[in-house]
Amino acid sequence: MARRLWVMAGLLALFCVLFMTWNARGPWSFLLPFRGTKLAGLLLVGMSVSTATLLFQTITQNRILTPSIMGFDALYVFLLTLAVYLLGGMTVVHIPPQVTFLMTAGTLTLAALLLFGTLLRTTKSDLLRMILTGIIFGALFRSLTSFLQRMIDPNEFAVIQVASFARFTQIEVVLLALSALITALVLGRIWLIRNRLDVLALGRTTAITLGEPPRRLELEALVLIALLVSVSTALVGPIAFLGLLVVSIARLITPTEAHSILLPSAALIAGLTLVGGQFLMERAFRLSTPLSVVIDLVGGAVFLILLLKGVRR
Amino acid sequence: MTTRHTFWAGLIGLTLLSFLSLFIGVIDVSPRDLISDQETFELLVISRFPRTAATLICGSTLAIAGAIMQMLVRNRFVEPMTAGTGQGAALGVLIVTLTMPSASIFTKMTVASLVALASSLGFLAIIRKMPPTQPLLVPLVGLIYGGLIGAAVTFVAYQADLLQYIGVWMNGEFSGVLQGRYELLWIAAGVGALTYLAADQFAIVGLGRATSINLGLNYSQVVLIGLIAFSVVSALTVTTVGMIPFVGLVVPNIVSRLAGDNLRRTLPLVALMGAGLTLICDILGRILRYPFEIPVGTVFGVVGAALFLWLLYRRPQHG
Amino acid sequence: MIRIENLSYAIEGKEILRDITLDVPRSGFTALIGPNGAGKSTFLSLIARLEPLQTGSIHIDDLQIGQCSDRDLAQRLSILPQVPDQPPRLAVRELVGFGRYPYNRGRPTSDDGAKVDHALSVLGITDLAQRSLDTLSGGQRQRAQIAMIFAQDADYVLLDEPLNNLDLAGTRTLLVILRNLAEQHGKTVVMVVHDINIASRYADRIIAMKEGRIVRQGAPDEVIDKALLHDVFATDAMVLSSDFGQVVLV
Repeated sequence: MARRLWVMAGLLALFCVLFMTWNARGPWSFLLPFRGTKLAGLLLVGMSVSTATLLFQTITQNRILTPSIMGFDALYVFLLTLAVYLLGGMTVVHIPPQVTFLMTAGTLTLAALLLFGTLLRTTKSDLLRMILTGIIFGALFRSLTSFLQRMIDPNEFAVIQVASFARFTQIEVVLLALSALITALVLGRIWLIRNRLDVLALGRTTAITLGEPPRRLELEALVLIALLVSVSTALVGPIAFLGLLVVSIARLITPTEAHSILLPSAALIAGLTLVGGQFLMERAFRLSTPLSVVIDLVGGAVFLILLLKGVRR
Repeated sequence: MTTRHTFWAGLIGLTLLSFLSLFIGVIDVSPRDLISDQETFELLVISRFPRTAATLICGSTLAIAGAIMQMLVRNRFVEPMTAGTGQGAALGVLIVTLTMPSASIFTKMTVASLVALASSLGFLAIIRKMPPTQPLLVPLVGLIYGGLIGAAVTFVAYQADLLQYIGVWMNGEFSGVLQGRYELLWIAAGVGALTYLAADQFAIVGLGRATSINLGLNYSQVVLIGLIAFSVVSALTVTTVGMIPFVGLVVPNIVSRLAGDNLRRTLPLVALMGAGLTLICDILGRILRYPFEIPVGTVFGVVGAALFLWLLYRRPQHG
Repeated sequence: MIRIENLSYAIEGKEILRDITLDVPRSGFTALIGPNGAGKSTFLSLIARLEPLQTGSIHIDDLQIGQCSDRDLAQRLSILPQVPDQPPRLAVRELVGFGRYPYNRGRPTSDDGAKVDHALSVLGITDLAQRSLDTLSGGQRQRAQIAMIFAQDADYVLLDEPLNNLDLAGTRTLLVILRNLAEQHGKTVVMVVHDINIASRYADRIIAMKEGRIVRQGAPDEVIDKALLHDVFATDAMVLSSDFGQVVLV
């Protein structure tokens, strides 16, 4: 299994080099930082989305969920819109993006704890209700966002519009350093608790028997998920199926329950999908369609197939 | 209150609302102007009446479509607009627009209905493979299936530079409804009314395949009729006013909670409540940001989601 | 009479039923027994036309399965389906009322109303008539389903393991009702059942199946013996003869 990880890492490195050097016209002094930020952004997003999804599946003990289906990123965009609505677009523009980001990320973490923390406390039989609640919340936040957008002055509207669509072409450079720091801290923490997560994945009763009380760990995981979702949404906007896709593929390529394998595996696949996908779309095929649309398309299809295969087995 | 009383009370309320709807808009109209002023009368005939009619038809037929789909799939958390039927309709219109740009509106509707039907059949085929022990999978799979077709539509539209059109189909809005541009919706109204003839059959299908066959029902035939009915209704709505999510989900659930699942008794109530809620949302959309408008899809998204959450967390009724 | 001729059935190449020829005579209570995977449920669902026939033929009196109209057959033969996990929000009376659907196509007459009331009273659930199914216990729901079958008033009644979810009292009540249906109303009741002792105590006739074939049939006293348990169920249990028929010591 470790060999597969190395192979994927090698592939990812290859794609990164290709991404940086392919068809390079123009001075390197411009190209390197320009493409470099993009690449860094893609890798960051890949790691945070895959890790957030894996963690979320662990605490819900469900392999077909992702924070995105449960409305996390919709909530992020809604909070941002609400800020513009309450404070006025001009004010928001003048606040440094780091501050806006930290405020929104903080509020998202709180909201996620409130919403999903109470939901997690419900019993297992109520999973249906919890999932539906998440889906409906997602729809509610999206509707509220577009509702508020209508209420906002059209000039101020432009401020949020940038945030509500997934885009990999223009990544907020100013946020990159901050995002990298947060992601590094969160990933470090998750790596430290990886063995405890393995126990949590066995189910509540088993976790209690093995002396790993689930409550606190679940809440901690929720906070970490909220932070990761904030990072990826702030950088590129909401992407629905990426997490589901890469974690499902990771479970196929590295079939294990151990987080020490699954975490890097999913992150590598996410990196491959984003960097490879962006490279092919932008450079090789010269398609005008955004990568996020293609990921939704391919991701949704793969996921449906996996689901049906898994069910039949 | 019995179902019948509720129905008549609701009908009176709906009539009042419809009347109100005729007199709300950017141009002030009062009932008195109507008699004295020719222009006002024309405004009413050309814009206000068609808009109100379209709202009533879409609201009631989408709610009926949702109720029927929930019976066929035997799951309360699906509706045509999120489980692929609506997206299929959008795909159909997109295909016609790309391949036969000069096609008549009727051709568009037919193709949209056919693609919507194919898409619903696909959903049903997938659902058949799911274990009945996991009801939560059904709405989730529906959502992903619908999202998948939606992504396909977006992809094609991006490549063909038709993204603007997509916006029109994907987010329902009644402000564009004028005389001469909505009349095909009356077909949807007819289909909705016809489903009442098969209300018993749909209710029995909701009891499961074995019970249906036991009672002498041609199970596949009834399922097919239901599929055609809600596909046509969805396709007509998507092509004339765009997608309106949640109507088909929330309304049948509320009615089922209040009055049960016997469609012969409850289907009129479903239609009434669908029309009423949609009209309220449309009126809200007109007055909240006067003189601008908020699309009905957005307003219903907020109202419908809130209602649904209330339904989900309300203490289950006993006795 | 249910007449089955040369019935075979396979799922994905695996033979479930092998060339069954059998007559089930009119009226009486027949129990279908056999180990898991013997093909009992498949056999029953083919008779009830829940699955399409592959080879062979089934006649219910003069009606041939697959050839006759669904509606005619629904007036002649009924099957008790498994109780759905998610019960519909129908009042008990509404559900039982659907039992009259094969006759009235959704337009009930006063005669239908009387038959529904009768069914409710026979099953002892008249006081539950207006309750919604999703507020009832598993046993009460089961009774409502059986009341629907009763209201359907078909000559042949098929039941696939109807005793699941029932406690001791519920089991006894149901079996007494089924006996009554056979004895006093002249119905033909065919029931798939796991418990041999129940079959022995209540049925007039037992059909034993193994690996898709009918291996024994006849009155309980003739069929249930040590050899049957050994051959069909692959177990060596004792069989006692008592005043109430053969008793297998499990």
